[in-house]
Amino acid sequence: MQMTEETETARKAWLGLLAKAPAADLAALWHGFGQVPAHKVLRAPEIGAVMVRGRAGAVGAAFNLGEMTVTRASIQLAGGVVGHGYVQGRCKDHALQAALVDALMQTDAAALVDRAVLTPLRDTVTRRKATRAAKAAATKVDFFTMVRGED
Amino acid sequence: MYVAVKGGERAIDNAHAWLAEERRGNLAVPEFTTDQIREQLALAVNRVMAEGSLYDPDLAALAIKQARGDLIEAIFLIRAYRTTLPRFGGSLPVDTANMACDRRVSATFKDAPGGQVLGPTFDYTHRLLDFKLAADGEAGQVAEAAPLQGPTPHIMGFLDRENLIQPEPAGEETPADLTRAPLELPASRALRLQALTRADEGFTLGMAYSTQRGYARNHAFVAELRIGTVAVEMEIPELGFAIEIGEITLTECETVNQFQGSKTQPPQFTRGYGLVFGMTERKAISMALVDRALRWKELGEDDIGAPAQDEEFVLYHCDNIQATGFLEHIKLPHYVDFQSELELIRKLRRDAQVAMQEAAE
Repeated sequence: MQMTEETETARKAWLGLLAKAPAADLAALWHGFGQVPAHKVLRAPEIGAVMVRGRAGAVGAAFNLGEMTVTRASIQLAGGVVGHGYVQGRCKDHALQAALVDALMQTDAAALVDRAVLTPLRDTVTRRKATRAAKAAATKVDFFTMVRGED
Repeated sequence: MYVAVKGGERAIDNAHAWLAEERRGNLAVPEFTTDQIREQLALAVNRVMAEGSLYDPDLAALAIKQARGDLIEAIFLIRAYRTTLPRFGGSLPVDTANMACDRRVSATFKDAPGGQVLGPTFDYTHRLLDFKLAADGEAGQVAEAAPLQGPTPHIMGFLDRENLIQPEPAGEETPADLTRAPLELPASRALRLQALTRADEGFTLGMAYSTQRGYARNHAFVAELRIGTVAVEMEIPELGFAIEIGEITLTECETVNQFQGSKTQPPQFTRGYGLVFGMTERKAISMALVDRALRWKELGEDDIGAPAQDEEFVLYHCDNIQATGFLEHIKLPHYVDFQSELELIRKLRRDAQVAMQEAAE
């Protein structure tokens, strides 16, 4: 696939969504989609670690914060399109399903996959985040000043 | 002297079988699952991830179950597991300014933009045992309000704009990693922060507390404490661009400390920094205080000989797995070592008795 800036931005977005979504959520939607395209596995799912970095004082020099588990896999569709999955955690199916979705999103099936898998996944994640943000907002302190005995 | 000794296999097997039975406890009480630990003992899970230096709540929950709730043993299991994982690479530095905050408080500015958001905190609870929890764990309805829009700005940014706070120097993009090369002194701040973020919470707390009590005086204000989720981004070679590979919960603490000036610089506030996996507030505040105390040299302060200023003392003793490994090895067989000690002291006593007898005669 010829990468333009627009397609790169779109691909970044769906890969990020697939990586962060809970494995069970993606699995349910993927099985709901129900069509596993002909493909071969280029890189069997592999569990590994990524060293997460932070910055001193949030803005200064980078430092190593600790690792997180990540699973990756790559597949190739019968038509030749390659899909990559990099997902958080240790679920091999999660990585494979992410790679399959990534590949399909580069084909004519994109609209179908987007509707059946990515959109509902995005909605769930957005809803979950909004609920947390709403609960946080309810714990925001409203200060009031006591009436002082000033003349 | 080390001499290989065989034997004890049967005793060891039986001991481990009994350990498994004791771990399970009374069979009349339902067994709990690792999902229950992850969801209901989340702060224990967070501590194991932070000090185990591996972000994976499911694994931390399993380690806690296996270790019968001994968190240092659980951290040991996680550290051992992480050495078996291939390293895919390093992430881009996380952007905590874009954190989706569950909690965000400032002890320095009441009306900080973004507000004081308490989040699910133990603060202001009365620390009275709640016997309702022993009966049932049902939670009440949680209030919701219109979510705050946009990212919550860092408080330090406001001080920075006025040049009131010491700027953070840039460093190497690929920081030194103490899991790959032995920690050597003097350590860069990057290495100190890596050691502190995985350091034992109790040790770090004790060190931080000592600075508050006057050992390395650096009165700290918590300019900001925030807890929430950030995305983790990494460059993927096969893609040719960076993608988000996950999302983690972090606790960040920024302290602002007493100003100092020198002949060349006007007085400025200085800063300490804590950033820790999970909701780990006590640890993050402690880390910021110890980080600040260890910075005495680069900030041109005096070494007043306080333990928290001594990077060798702090960095070589803060890791609970190193510490427990060396401490606990002394309970393992040292029969031959001790035999030689025994022979030596017998000989010394014999010599001393002969000498005393000779003196008496």
